[in-house]
Amino acid sequence: MVRSEELYDAILNGDAKKAHAVTQATLAAGAVPMDLITGTMVPAMDEVGRLFETEEYFVPELLLAGRAMKSAMELLRPLMATSGEKLSTRVVIGTVKGDMHDIGKNLVASMLEGSGFEVFDLGADVSPDKFVAAVEQHTPQVVCLSALLTVTMPAMKTTIDVLKAAGLRTRVKILIGGAPVTGQYAKEIGADGYSESASGAVSLVRQIVAGA
Amino acid sequence: MTGRLTRRFSTLAVSSAEQLLYGVSPHPLHCGLGLTIGGGLVYPEVNFTLPPMNIDRQTWTEVLAHYEQMASEILRRAAALATPGIVLEFKLLPAMTEQPEWGAEITALLKRQMRAYHEKHHLPCALRVTPTDMRDQLKPPQLRSGEAWEQLRLSLNLCAEAGADILSIESVGGKEVHDQALMYGDFQGIVFALGVLAPRDMSWLWGQIGDICDQHPGVVPGGDSACGFANTTMQLAHQKMLPEVLAAVVRAMSAVRSLAAFEQCAVGPSKDCAYEGPVLKSITGHPISMEGKSASCAHFSPLGNIAAGMCDLWSNESVQNVRLLSGNAPEVFTELLTYDCRLMNAAAASNGGALQMRDWMTVSDQWLSPQAAVLSPEATMKIATAIVNADTPYHRTVAAGRAAVEVLNHGTEAGKLHLSRKEQQWLMRIDEALDTLPAGEETLIDAMDAQYESFYDKSSYGLHRIAVGA
Repeated sequence: MVRSEELYDAILNGDAKKAHAVTQATLAAGAVPMDLITGTMVPAMDEVGRLFETEEYFVPELLLAGRAMKSAMELLRPLMATSGEKLSTRVVIGTVKGDMHDIGKNLVASMLEGSGFEVFDLGADVSPDKFVAAVEQHTPQVVCLSALLTVTMPAMKTTIDVLKAAGLRTRVKILIGGAPVTGQYAKEIGADGYSESASGAVSLVRQIVAGA
Repeated sequence: MTGRLTRRFSTLAVSSAEQLLYGVSPHPLHCGLGLTIGGGLVYPEVNFTLPPMNIDRQTWTEVLAHYEQMASEILRRAAALATPGIVLEFKLLPAMTEQPEWGAEITALLKRQMRAYHEKHHLPCALRVTPTDMRDQLKPPQLRSGEAWEQLRLSLNLCAEAGADILSIESVGGKEVHDQALMYGDFQGIVFALGVLAPRDMSWLWGQIGDICDQHPGVVPGGDSACGFANTTMQLAHQKMLPEVLAAVVRAMSAVRSLAAFEQCAVGPSKDCAYEGPVLKSITGHPISMEGKSASCAHFSPLGNIAAGMCDLWSNESVQNVRLLSGNAPEVFTELLTYDCRLMNAAAASNGGALQMRDWMTVSDQWLSPQAAVLSPEATMKIATAIVNADTPYHRTVAAGRAAVEVLNHGTEAGKLHLSRKEQQWLMRIDEALDTLPAGEETLIDAMDAQYESFYDKSSYGLHRIAVGA
């Protein structure tokens, strides 16, 4: 498996145009899509994650790298679909009913996308029924619930209860997050996990996918 | 909107940094039940909210009981401490704005208790009511029409009828673009959101709020907050997700959109979480509310002391009704704020004491964070001067950004402000980005189309596509 240094650097530098152009040229030269992903793109995003964890990168650098990866993926996805290869873990994400805050949720969604997951962002103030409909429609492996207000935290439990009542709870792992949320609260309401940061949420989704 | 006469601030109401002091505003506000804000004393502004619980018809009795308890305990503690005056802020939760009669019911409940304390204890007081700006529910948000706006409008009206003394809001126009631009570090996008979109929505929205206040004598239009913009940036900087220098520059630039409320009708006090308040006070002369160290129950800030230096109300931002050793948290924070204010007011009673106290508050924070550096009285005056010397909101926003960068560059060059290598790189990047902005906002609007057109609704900002060839 050959690593494309040009593509690696383009992702690391958040240069979407270059990532797209290099991928196009590399494919024309006969590269195999899955090799590009596993040999170059995933290692590049891992390095970006490391730079973010060590505070060398802020979120913009992280997201621009994710955007560069996506621009390369746009070229690879159709080829993979043709060959029957699958990559994506699907994640449904939203801020729960009654809560209008969405920047934390947006950040998690963007970082998940940048990490190669397929994300269905339902927005803010999302009713339990909308989560149910999204799970039925998109068949995700993971559902992420966000809340910033103490008074909207109970809507997380309501959402989990409604998913349970709809017979969908066992099909998905549920992760929760937001300023007032704790790991203890996650246990109390029957969620599968909690993260206090956006990057932690990405790691958690990765762990869940790896353990599935 | 009615044919309201708007103001344009082209000079400063406060002429020097020495005159920019806490407790004193050129245009004090008489409001509520015998309260004068900005007339010489700083008062506590107590903000309070529910503990974790559902808000619905089944729990409504319990919700009301919480607010009864919080109001009575806050006022009892204020009276016990002989607080010379107090403001209570009722910040509606989303469900209370979606069902406007709910917010109005709590407003009436709070005002009834305040009236009783005013009559019995002669406690000067006022009730600030802040409905939730829910207009960003749809994507792209519909700001000037639709169900969310109708609910918000009704909520403002019913709360005014029910006893609000001051109407405020933390409005969100422009946030849909700002959030995206912020996360990608797109400085042009940030300026577009803060300098083009947000002021347009602020002007429209505060025209509406002014009309509502006109219809309810005794209710004053307070002010807004760039909470969704600058405080979001501040919190993300705290989590090391964004550079602190960006948060500092965004804060300075956000003053322009918050100023638009005063250009329409606002007379203060601006919202407690509007750390851009001192710039507003120096330009308009209207009183401001601020929060800092005594709001650490709600969120982190690197501005704990410096934020108090120029305030007229001193707030705790928000605290849940949970039990602490000496009582429930809202009354505990009433005591905390009362003692903060008592010290500031005692200092102000001695000759030169307010200036000395303000300067101590300033120097204790000023160079420990870029965000504090742009909040000093001198930096405030520099940013405010840059704003009034420019013409349009766009040019004012850019001018405020440049002034903030100058403050930060001066601090680093003087060896007072220490920035990491990454922060220095970002400061240079912002400096360069300011230099490459288009001269006119029309060019910027066109340039932003490719990236942000799908994020916002042009008609919500009075922007309309011009047909090709027109």
